[in-house]
Amino acid sequence: MIYRVEIRSKNSFGDPHADMVHHQIGELGMESVIGVRSARLFFLIGQLTEVDAERIADELLTDPVIEEYSVGSSGQPEDAALIEVHLKAGVMDPVAASAVKAVTDMGLPIEGIRTARRYELLGDVNDEQKRKVAVKLLANAVIEDMYFEDHTPLEMSAHSYDFEVIEVPIRDLDDEALMKLSVDGDMFLNITEMKAIQDYFKSLGREARDVELEMIAQTWSEHCGHKTFRSDVVVRNNAGEIVEEIPNLLKNTVFGSTNELNKPWCLNVFEDNAGVIEFDETHAVCFKVETHNHPSAIEPYGGAATGIGGVVRDPMGTGLGASPVANTDVFCFGPTDMPLDDVPKGVLHPRRVMRRVVAGVRDYGNRMGIPTVNGAVYFDKRYLGNPLVYCGTIGMLPADKCTKRQPAPGDAIICVGGRTGRDGIHGATFSSGELTHEHETEFSHAVQIGNAITEKKVLDTIMQARDLDLYSSITDCGAGGLSSAVGEMGEQIGAEVHIDRVPLKYDGLTYSEIWISEAQERMVLAVPPENVERILKIFADEDVDATVIGTYGTENRKLRLFYDSTEVLELDMEFLHDGLPRPTKEAIYEKVDTPSPTPPQRDDYTQTLLNILASPNVASKEWIIRQYDHEVQGGSVIKPLVGVTEDGPGDAAVVRPVLESSKGVVISCGMNPHLGDLDPYQSALHAVDEALRNSIAVGGNLERTAILDNFCWGNCNKPDRMGTFVQAAKACYDAAMAYQTPFVSGKDSLNNEFQTDTGETIAIPSTLLISAMSVVDDAAKCVTADAKEAGNSMFLLGETSGKLGGSHYLLVEGLETGNDVPEVDPTANRKLMLTLQKAIEDGIVRSCHDLSEGGLAAAAAEMAFSGGMGVELQLDNNTTASEQAQLFGEDAGRFLVEVTAENRDAFAEAVKDLPAAEIGKVTDTGQVVIRGDSGTLINTPIEAAKEAWQGTFDW
Amino acid sequence: MAIPKALVLRTAGTNCDRETEYALTQAGFEAERIHVARLIENPAAIANFQFMVIPGGFSYGDDVAAGKILANQILHHLGDAVNEFISNDKLVLGICNGFQVMIKAGLLPWANVSPDQANRDATLAWNDCGKFEDRWIHLRCDSDKCVFLPKGEIIALPIAHGEGKFVPRDDAVMQRLLDGDQAALRYVDAEGNPGSYPVNPNGSIDDIAGICDPSGRLMGLMPHPERFIEVTHHPQWTRGNVQKADGMIMFQRAFEYLK
Repeated sequence: MIYRVEIRSKNSFGDPHADMVHHQIGELGMESVIGVRSARLFFLIGQLTEVDAERIADELLTDPVIEEYSVGSSGQPEDAALIEVHLKAGVMDPVAASAVKAVTDMGLPIEGIRTARRYELLGDVNDEQKRKVAVKLLANAVIEDMYFEDHTPLEMSAHSYDFEVIEVPIRDLDDEALMKLSVDGDMFLNITEMKAIQDYFKSLGREARDVELEMIAQTWSEHCGHKTFRSDVVVRNNAGEIVEEIPNLLKNTVFGSTNELNKPWCLNVFEDNAGVIEFDETHAVCFKVETHNHPSAIEPYGGAATGIGGVVRDPMGTGLGASPVANTDVFCFGPTDMPLDDVPKGVLHPRRVMRRVVAGVRDYGNRMGIPTVNGAVYFDKRYLGNPLVYCGTIGMLPADKCTKRQPAPGDAIICVGGRTGRDGIHGATFSSGELTHEHETEFSHAVQIGNAITEKKVLDTIMQARDLDLYSSITDCGAGGLSSAVGEMGEQIGAEVHIDRVPLKYDGLTYSEIWISEAQERMVLAVPPENVERILKIFADEDVDATVIGTYGTENRKLRLFYDSTEVLELDMEFLHDGLPRPTKEAIYEKVDTPSPTPPQRDDYTQTLLNILASPNVASKEWIIRQYDHEVQGGSVIKPLVGVTEDGPGDAAVVRPVLESSKGVVISCGMNPHLGDLDPYQSALHAVDEALRNSIAVGGNLERTAILDNFCWGNCNKPDRMGTFVQAAKACYDAAMAYQTPFVSGKDSLNNEFQTDTGETIAIPSTLLISAMSVVDDAAKCVTADAKEAGNSMFLLGETSGKLGGSHYLLVEGLETGNDVPEVDPTANRKLMLTLQKAIEDGIVRSCHDLSEGGLAAAAAEMAFSGGMGVELQLDNNTTASEQAQLFGEDAGRFLVEVTAENRDAFAEAVKDLPAAEIGKVTDTGQVVIRGDSGTLINTPIEAAKEAWQGTFDW
Repeated sequence: MAIPKALVLRTAGTNCDRETEYALTQAGFEAERIHVARLIENPAAIANFQFMVIPGGFSYGDDVAAGKILANQILHHLGDAVNEFISNDKLVLGICNGFQVMIKAGLLPWANVSPDQANRDATLAWNDCGKFEDRWIHLRCDSDKCVFLPKGEIIALPIAHGEGKFVPRDDAVMQRLLDGDQAALRYVDAEGNPGSYPVNPNGSIDDIAGICDPSGRLMGLMPHPERFIEVTHHPQWTRGNVQKADGMIMFQRAFEYLK
């Protein structure tokens, strides 16, 4: 029996959600819709009486103060156009799951619940408009069905699965047939790799089985194997001459610097799911940043949510398990002001992508109770079909549990957390391929929907098990699902898994689907037999699914998989993990200098400043930040929004992860895709410098700072893309060595290209994100960027070269840019940073802001309006740098520092050996005034500057 | 004297329990975090405590409605134990999601946990702005009888919620709350005057941020006192104008009352 329950707001009370939908319909340019009504729909399935259904609706589902309900359908409204949005069967529905639990608590016989949303559009709305609203705004065909009449789903009927081992002949295939197999099977492997697989099965003297090919493809995928970064590279110039040959790029760049620096406080680097450094005697802190680009392109909400959910599991699966204390998020989108009709086929509008990505991060992070404290957003039209979603998590773990232990032979393999469904099948291989306009449908099964509360329960219970030392090893189920997790953990000793024991969301999954599913919220543990009973009780006590699915350790390192005790997979760990042929990659790169044209001289640059402040990359992201809980866990010290009205830009976040301790962790980031187009090497140096600059600006400790790299590039099988990739990787090495800040973790996401229906291929800008974490002894010594008191001195630290290549100044002026990017001098910048760091520790810095997009003028304006103060600055008159370059140049390694009168001399003394000058004062005039030789160049009230900065994303 | 014991009730999705436990111990309590399932196994255990705190978070993901499902568990499995607890001159504090739970379980406004009467006279609805928001706000303590707050003082605390708009069923309910001196905490500006968004961040009727029961021993509020127990929690501490951590007051006054 199914009862349909409709719940809507009483007329006397508003319906904020309906109002928001109405607002967004307005943004679609549809004035004919004059209002929206909405209703929540529940479908109660089970042996219930009408009375039971009424009681459930009244006591549980409805808020009697503001809502009213009806059992049964209200049918087609006379005065409005109807749209109903129902989740597809099998798609994760947390609300339904919780509601079932609650009805059971009421003691009623419920079998299942499904939910849906109903919208009624008031006004003169034709079918085409109705469809447009449904498709563009309300429903995502990937996970939802839309109906234009009232719809009640049928009772769910489980599909059964008839077990049968599927063999795939491979030994006798020719090259063409091998590649066909690779493509048809979504394996994304090249011919060399396919041949290696063929040889392996020849040596075994048997054909392959489907799940074996699936597993190899997954283990060897770009996503899991990072084969591009690990490959040998031949670099040629434009003339095709070899200029350089680099064996194992990763080892000789990013890894290389870390090994050479060999910092004793680096406790666990690159080996594990996250990079671990020392926090204090008893605690270690770890950091991991991941990307979830392709899923977010297709289903922004689910993609971003599972991006956070996924990266949170990395610290949980680091060492013997870390507890997450902060999240970071960095996004790259297409222009949000783009006309709807210009959006290519198979692509969602950037505004919708941004709204849904933010909502996904918000809902997952907030529910997990992890503060989202730092991030950035960057815009470029090349991100249109391929947005980037970076998610990071910082975690804390006991110092004596910060390295991984190997599982022991005989340890039980326990799968903990979410049940397994078809979600995310082929996620790993999928993210290793290019997107096409067909992916929206083709790969919809790669989309994962998360349930934050399931993951929170897993976290709560795993931390208890960790502290009782009940397991010997742990890892997360990420890309590649159980296949990767068990494959990696058992790499040294082998493993035997009974796949039919894995708890499923619904029947009908094949052994192959179960093995490679990327269903969310799952962790895998290796548990000594004597602890199995105790650990299972801990999970059961808090209603967490945990199942023994096999044991670690086999003769001669094999992985064996059984379904109903029939063997369906047998692979040698050695072949799986070491059998991947390491190819040599072709790279082409040569920089041909093209200087930027000299921009026109003006006598007033106030409007230019306002334009820069309003430009999307610079403008306030308060709309996003406020939706994140950035204070949960009680460790917040420096927040993402600062100043006298708590809405100014913060350079970096500071949290105290151990409430009893004054120690803090400074979290910051740096990226500049715009420079990446012009000079990938300098761009990477700038990214590292910016991340460190932001950290130092709030009081970070450069000598206890670790950094992370996240490369998002185009298809690196194309030599030009590989060429810029190599440049950036080399810059990472040079920067790490010069600043003496080791890389401790990293990830690359390649093949970020999109093919439009017209066959045009659009590659994203080469986008390197650098994230930094720094451990400071006394968080209470940190500073913020908001100007504090009139009369204080303003010092400018750092060199201004005069180069404007890639600057936002040229961007907002609509001027052509050359590739004359300001060169970074990491060694000099390190010296400057250490001096400033000391001054902040000594308490002689009142406020500090780094110079980045928009240069000195933007930094000065931000400090002024954040503090509700004015500033008066005088440009340097004996420099070769033009006035524009002094105002807006984006040289790295520069800071604007406020110092009180009493500390002025002490500070001047401290910086006397540096490029530093006292260039003005904080005033009480509320005006931002900057003068050059030729007179006043900028003069604006802070209200105007702030309005420009806040107006762009005032959503 | 025996150290008062505080119970921090947690369940799936509770996420402010650790910092709340920390704030309680800072105030002098002996605090313990206990999963609701353990209480349901043994409801009598609640009698070992003098103070029950239902902390913030997203119990059961706020599925169906914020706090609804935990409230439903209390109503159907812990009703007698909780009614017994509150009749014994003990204290209950609900913070954010905990406030939502107290309202939906009937602990507030009338201190009556019963399935057919809970959540009938008042609720916490979606913010007028329609979305979750984290921001700092000012509050005025308006009740003489509320154990947790000093009447007349203006304090600063952060809020972080999507469903915090206090709505009484009708004017009669509102009047009864006022007559009972139960409107304990109101959103105001720095000078103590009422104002529109964001001074009142969610559109609460009569600017109500928190209420107590007729006895003043049970209180629920949307803001987070446990997030302002150190000066460095305040967003403006670097400006040097933050003297004390206002959130600590509530835990200290609870301690004074019980010790």
